[in-house]
Amino acid sequence: MSKQPTKREETLGGTIVHGLPFPSELTPESLEWLRKMQPIRIEQDYSITYLHSYGQDSPFFAGLTNKVLLGNQEVDTGYTYATPRGHGMYDGKETRWVPLPHEGKVHAFTVCYFGSEEFLPETPFILALIEFEGADTLFLTRLLGLNPDDAGLHWIGMKVKARFLRNAKLKPTDVYFVPIEA
Amino acid sequence: MRPVYAISGGVSKFAKARPDKTFQAVVKEAYDYAIADIGLEHPKFIELVDGSVASYFSDHFARQLMAGIMVQDYLGLIPKPSHRVEGGGATGGLCFQEAWKSVASGHMDIALAYGFEQMSHVETWKGNEFIALASDVSFDYPVGGFYSGYYAMMVTRHMKEFGTTPEQLAHVSVKNHMNAYYNPYSQKRRKLSIEDVRNAPMVAWPLTRLDICVMSDGAAATILVSEEGLEKLIKAGAQIPQPLVKITGIGRGTDAMRMADRPHVDYDTFMKDYATPQERDSDDTRAYYKALWEHGTRYPGVHSFRAGRTAGNMAYKMAGVTDPLGELDFVELHDAYTSSEIQTYEDMGLCRYGEGGPFAASGKAFMPGIDYGLDLPDDPACPVNPSGGLIACGHPVGATGLMQAVFAIWQLQGTINKHFGDDTLQVKDAKRGAIHSHAGTGTYVTVTILERED
Repeated sequence: MSKQPTKREETLGGTIVHGLPFPSELTPESLEWLRKMQPIRIEQDYSITYLHSYGQDSPFFAGLTNKVLLGNQEVDTGYTYATPRGHGMYDGKETRWVPLPHEGKVHAFTVCYFGSEEFLPETPFILALIEFEGADTLFLTRLLGLNPDDAGLHWIGMKVKARFLRNAKLKPTDVYFVPIEA
Repeated sequence: MRPVYAISGGVSKFAKARPDKTFQAVVKEAYDYAIADIGLEHPKFIELVDGSVASYFSDHFARQLMAGIMVQDYLGLIPKPSHRVEGGGATGGLCFQEAWKSVASGHMDIALAYGFEQMSHVETWKGNEFIALASDVSFDYPVGGFYSGYYAMMVTRHMKEFGTTPEQLAHVSVKNHMNAYYNPYSQKRRKLSIEDVRNAPMVAWPLTRLDICVMSDGAAATILVSEEGLEKLIKAGAQIPQPLVKITGIGRGTDAMRMADRPHVDYDTFMKDYATPQERDSDDTRAYYKALWEHGTRYPGVHSFRAGRTAGNMAYKMAGVTDPLGELDFVELHDAYTSSEIQTYEDMGLCRYGEGGPFAASGKAFMPGIDYGLDLPDDPACPVNPSGGLIACGHPVGATGLMQAVFAIWQLQGTINKHFGDDTLQVKDAKRGAIHSHAGTGTYVTVTILERED
């Protein structure tokens, strides 16, 4: 039987602090003092790559790659979703795919001057909910071609059209909208 | 269902960061306060309590799964039954109602509800990212996931539909920050003007930094009991604060995670499924809504929280409330944004849909006896967020709904002075109050009615 190591090898890598103030003798007084110690805080990294599946919504992203905007429609009621949904909220049945118009109107918007860490470098950016003729629900998207400093309620109702990335990233941002006037 | 009483509560001071303690120890502060307020020491309470419900929102913030059992362990509650609830921003409200269920059903006589969040372990913008993961990660988050942005979109639609103004939103911020000035538990105690709010850095148009709650570390705990539980505690020597506070109404509602999916129903459907009985019975209000629909308004769209209206109607029906503004003495509601407070006025029937903006600036939701530095046309009718709400107290998500419950219990006991060291925020002769907890753009909403038992 080979001899197994009983001492863990140490390196300096990853060590931030060498030695912390601590009582040189453990007396009742020094142990009591420990309760008054400032907390020790360390950094912990956390990074993960997910293999995310779009599942039944996958055709939507294939559509964007081919410059087609797809929605879903309930078979029994005709209720049409502008954001993909595999089963109907009202008829409970599997929905069918339908093409959506590439033009719509701004239903609501905001200009984000701050954001989640991932999107901070992109600020300011405009988020908008788009309404389409013939669709019962909305679609969340980025709106380009407008000056964030000109934000106002006059943007609501504005006619907009879809633009698609030439090189799709397989994300909902493969489509974005711009004012038709632009 | 058996009668359930909320007899005690405790809140840790909410702060930007509490690096001095782990989350378990911060909950312990709230728990110790709650049992001290009924005059019991830990060994006796542990002997009597039947179990607990734990409330925290995100495993990401602590980078710790099963944090609930760690609190249960730290508090010395093992091996008693417990479970964790999670429902975004409404987690605390759901927890309170789950504890109510445990007692009302007869499963427990004495239940502890505790909640916490430590959000300071990550930078603010990473925290915003974690929160934004509470939106659809296929269709919402990748577009620019940012909850302030989502709520800002909702309010631009509210402004377009109803003429609500940024200055009306700012009234909410001034009110809640000023109320918090007298609340020692709050995170932000500031005297502000409308101009201060509007001139603060813009976060998501039209919401400025002072229209939005901050991230916090904190905890809260409440004790709920049946009549039998009450007898057990008294027999063990507990000094139960009087008058008793009874939970008389429970309501919950839900809505689509993606706000793009919210329906736009017609007038008849709204009146049948969502209008309050008070709205249905009023010729004037029916005509008012008819005119809104003729103008193009549809419900709930993205301007209103259908889940909030559903929860409110359910809780009011159970509690026998028919005129919320006239029958509630105060409301502690989920004002993560000034805009969501205004939207919630409408959902909870304090005013009609579309009238939230003028209601905010009217003075009806303000506390009497406080100089807000505003010209308010009406007298206070039903103070909303007398504690300072989320905007000023802070929003450690899993604790927030329970914090509201604790403040409501103290209001109805008439013990605000005892707990705050100041009676400015005591609603005089408060008999009935509502607490309202709300998750991501209105996906889960709870409304609970509490009443003083004379």
